[in-house]
Amino acid sequence: MSVLGARGISPRQVLLAVAAPVLGILAWHLSTTGRAYSLIPPPWDVAVQWWDLAFGGVWDDLYSETLLTHTLASLSRVYGGFALAAAVALPLGMLIGRIAVVRDLLDPTLQILRPIPVTAWLPLAMIVFGIGPRSAFFLVFLGAFYPILLNTIFGVKNVEGRLFEAAAMLGVSRQAIFWKVVLPAALPSIFTGLRLGLGFAWVVIVVGEMTGVQTGLGAIIMEARQLSRTEIVVSGMVTIGVLGFLSDQAVQALGRRLLRWSPQHG
Amino acid sequence: MDDVMAAPRAVTSAVLPILEAQHVTKRFAFGAETITALSDASLRIDKGEFICLIGPSGCGKSTLLRMVAGFESASEGSLLMWGKPVAAPGPDRGMVFQDYGLFPWLTVTQNVGFGPAARGRPKAEVAATARRFVDMVGLTRFADAYPHQLSGGMKQRVAIARVLANDAEVVLMDEPFGALDAFTRERLQEELLDIWAKAKLTVIFVTHAIEEAIILADRVVVMSPGPGRIVADERIDLARPRDPTSPEFNALRRHLSGLLGGHH
Repeated sequence: MSVLGARGISPRQVLLAVAAPVLGILAWHLSTTGRAYSLIPPPWDVAVQWWDLAFGGVWDDLYSETLLTHTLASLSRVYGGFALAAAVALPLGMLIGRIAVVRDLLDPTLQILRPIPVTAWLPLAMIVFGIGPRSAFFLVFLGAFYPILLNTIFGVKNVEGRLFEAAAMLGVSRQAIFWKVVLPAALPSIFTGLRLGLGFAWVVIVVGEMTGVQTGLGAIIMEARQLSRTEIVVSGMVTIGVLGFLSDQAVQALGRRLLRWSPQHG
Repeated sequence: MDDVMAAPRAVTSAVLPILEAQHVTKRFAFGAETITALSDASLRIDKGEFICLIGPSGCGKSTLLRMVAGFESASEGSLLMWGKPVAAPGPDRGMVFQDYGLFPWLTVTQNVGFGPAARGRPKAEVAATARRFVDMVGLTRFADAYPHQLSGGMKQRVAIARVLANDAEVVLMDEPFGALDAFTRERLQEELLDIWAKAKLTVIFVTHAIEEAIILADRVVVMSPGPGRIVADERIDLARPRDPTSPEFNALRRHLSGLLGGHH
């Protein structure tokens, strides 16, 4: 079965999904094209700029043909920061969710740190980690950390009590309960956390790349803003949007495979 | 209370009962209050018997069952299996819950093989055992389905197969058919009796339906609330399959209804 067929997406749904951006671009086009002093570039100018960023041959300036470099730099920070966040938040969340002492020790502190926005960490991150990619990495890590942590805690804490009884009467030892019951039962929540975490990693990438890094989609957006190259700003925005969407689709496809058993995911 | 205790049938009294409750009392702390869920219950069950515990809500029938399962411990008195105190849940006492308690991430076959697998049986043996019991409860076609794809009756079949595949000697059933429609319930009752006879199981079956108790049981243990206690232990001597429209069946129904205080 095709990917679309398996998910039951009809041509009508595709048409409706495409209708909104098409109308949006049309409105954008009508309100900007042909105006001499528009601060917002018309869509066609943005498309040309994006093409030049990606493949060159139009302006042949400092930015031509640099999209791949910037994209790869951002991808490595998004996935690196996300992977580090998962590596810390998953075990930590499982410990906090299952062991009362760990919860009492860490949960209050983490809850106080949680409302602090990633942007507020920026100056401190640059002092601690210096100007450059390590700060960017840290900020992306922070953005992805909490959704993964909170959903993991929720998942391992909210296992249906009946399943523990069922496992016990079938002869599962206390030590095996975690792997046999808690972890699989928490998987849908953990998965939701990972998906949200990856989404947030993309959301904070621009802030993360305000740390003085030379490459990255966030970096060229900030740089182009200072040079009033708004076409480049919008090109960077569109690229982030598309990459974030594709990465979320990949995660969801993975979820449908791994969580076939779950009525919410299968 | 004495008559329940005093008259274990003379023929079998020399044989060790598979299960025995001796003056079991269970209290729950409920905030500052203490609630007596079960008071001084004594019961003797021989291997192969089909026992129904019947009574209204709050009579302690589920509490007694959960204590036999090892999920709760007695506040006073003792619960013995083959003469040894019941300390914890174990595969010798398989429980079938009203809400099934299946593992949603496992297929029908994997659910049925869960116990043997958890106890470290070899893979080939687990697979063979699972297949045998999946077939036995008539779910061959659904062997690879996940629980959320099954009807209530099918889920309960899986739950029964799961404890049988795990070599349970005693099957504890807590209103297992309570959530099913009448037609499915009747079929499952028949199938359960069939499996019980073939596998020589001992079954303790909690229900609040008098008719279900008379259809199934060798003995109906009648319980009453406030505090929960055993008020009667009636032997059902009708030949199986039992006809709910027969005069004998109706006489028993009236009798048990009377013991239950005419609420039913």
